[in-house]
Amino acid sequence: MKTKPAEATSDTFVLRLYVAGQTPKSLLAITNIKKICEENLQGRYDLEVMDLYQQPQLAQGEQIIALPTLIKKLPLPLRRLIGDLSNTEHVLVGLDIQGKT
Amino acid sequence: MTKPKLKPAAKPKPLPKARKQLPKVPTGIQGLDEITGGGLPKGRTTLVCGGAGSGKTLLAMEFLVQGALQFDEPGVFMAFEETAEDLTQNVASLGFDLNDLVARKKMVLDFVYIERSEIEETGEYDLEGLFIRLGSAIDSIGAKRVVLDTIESLFAGLPNPLILRAELRRLFRWLKKRGVTAIVTGERGEQTLTRQGLEEYVSDCVIVLDHRVTEQAASRRLRVVKYRGSTHGTNEYPFLIDEDGISVLPVTSLGLQHIASTDRISTGIARLDSMLGGAGYYRGSSVLVSGTAGTGKSSFAACFAEAACRRGERALYFSFEESASQSLRNMRSIGIDLAPWVKKGLLRFQANRPTFAGLEMQLTTMHKAIKDFQPQVVVVDPLSSFIIGGNTIEVKAMLTRLVDLLKTNQITSVFTSLTPSDGGRTQAELALSSLIDSWLLLRDIESGGERNRTMYIMKSRGMAHSNQIREFLLTDHGVELRDVYFGPSGVLTGAARLTQQAQEQAAQLARKQEVERRQLELERKRKALEAQISALRAEFEAQEVETSKAIGQEKAQETQLAQGRADMGLSRQADATANKAKGNLK
Repeated sequence: MKTKPAEATSDTFVLRLYVAGQTPKSLLAITNIKKICEENLQGRYDLEVMDLYQQPQLAQGEQIIALPTLIKKLPLPLRRLIGDLSNTEHVLVGLDIQGKT
Repeated sequence: MTKPKLKPAAKPKPLPKARKQLPKVPTGIQGLDEITGGGLPKGRTTLVCGGAGSGKTLLAMEFLVQGALQFDEPGVFMAFEETAEDLTQNVASLGFDLNDLVARKKMVLDFVYIERSEIEETGEYDLEGLFIRLGSAIDSIGAKRVVLDTIESLFAGLPNPLILRAELRRLFRWLKKRGVTAIVTGERGEQTLTRQGLEEYVSDCVIVLDHRVTEQAASRRLRVVKYRGSTHGTNEYPFLIDEDGISVLPVTSLGLQHIASTDRISTGIARLDSMLGGAGYYRGSSVLVSGTAGTGKSSFAACFAEAACRRGERALYFSFEESASQSLRNMRSIGIDLAPWVKKGLLRFQANRPTFAGLEMQLTTMHKAIKDFQPQVVVVDPLSSFIIGGNTIEVKAMLTRLVDLLKTNQITSVFTSLTPSDGGRTQAELALSSLIDSWLLLRDIESGGERNRTMYIMKSRGMAHSNQIREFLLTDHGVELRDVYFGPSGVLTGAARLTQQAQEQAAQLARKQEVERRQLELERKRKALEAQISALRAEFEAQEVETSKAIGQEKAQETQLAQGRADMGLSRQADATANKAKGNLK
């Protein structure tokens, strides 16, 4: 989508984190994903945090039900990770980056 | 429909009767509003559950469509199972144009896509996304109605049922707070109403749909299991999904409150009218014509239908054994030409096999046809074909509802029923008897090597009626009741009747001749007597003449004698006495 051609390699992770407001769960999710990215995908990721309260129409467009949701747009296959991302192991499995550490 | 009444703030009684009911939202679905006494609870959530293919989605969809079209209440349809395109296509066959409604901002279709294999749970989550999504959809068109179909899919798509349950509870509270009237659908569970026990969360109104097959005929039923704060019909009501959407049939909800008319209408057979107190059936009554095969039941029914058309009334003829054209042809053979009435639009045939659908379906189609055609007269020919196996109870239930409907609308109905030839009453007839106001029994009488048709009135409520057994003929100008002839073994029919008729005619002739003979004799006697009288008179006259002649002579003689004496006196110069005597004599 917004990814630049240079980033569209198998190495680049395009991640979108959807949250609703500044709830503890949202903040926890943001902290968690940032940490995981820094630790596992340094320099190979494009993370964007979206607040659905600000852009409610995104919920329909992105088929979002549960919050927080992290969508891994690239590399394919598309994956959705729901929850506050505090289970790091599940996050790594979900993002298919477990084996790379 | 519901008037915007105040909520019962302080309930005076624990059971406030239909007086101050909670505000309701009409569904616009035929019949459902009657069962629920005005619709679904306003601003609350209703659970509609049922097995696969029971019509949940359709009911929910019609609720939204009717809301948008009839009541100007826009709606949001959140689908968890079908995509918006599929939904639009599926309901297009029912005449709902969703694309148009969406374009006019009367409806929002939102397909929620959940693919379990794409989802990884990584910790605590909530359904705020769904709330935001639903909230923005509601706000975008100012929706008053919301459908979530089938929200239970979430359980299949998302992990951690505990969170889901808590979130669903929150969702229903949230919907209530938003003030939208919502329908949530759920798949029927093993022990519970829904697979995930949604009924625990949605407790204001629960409607169960059912699609069952009995005797290879499927019928759909609807039942309002629960309706908090309102009275409602509690029975299972059949419903139908056809080209106009859903229609529910709530006939048994009606009480016995129909007005009995004193108006009488002709049976179409003049002499039968006179048997029925001289005026025919009561308007709005139910008539059963039962008899063995080939006794002319349909002909009686056709006569009645034709008479109605002649009066300019509309007649609806439900035929379950013959096609319309077959009926027309057969009736033409006895001089009842129904075709012109069909052409004029006064008579409508609805012919199908009783096995074409379940009883409820039949009833619902009949109900629809009656509502549509608004007839004054209905013929069901024959009723007995509904009885397949031991479903008498169902048939009776169906008939009760049908008769109720007809009576409420002041429609006079004629049912025909085939009875076994051994003369026994069928189960159906026994079951029906209580519903029937006038019962005509047609019978075969076999005697003298022939079979003749007779009829009598088994009962006819509220009127004096003949108790005679009458023979009738199917002539080329309709059904004709014959005169009654009695023989040593009861009513004479057919050839026996003709013989009796001839005998009576002969006897009558003989009597007539006898009378004539006596009159002649009398005349002769009078003439003889008169002759005698005149002879006597002549004799008398002759005597009279003679007698007066004799008297004359006597007198003349006496005068001559006196004259002679006087003359003698004069000549003898007799005394004065003699002169005086002479003067006296003069």
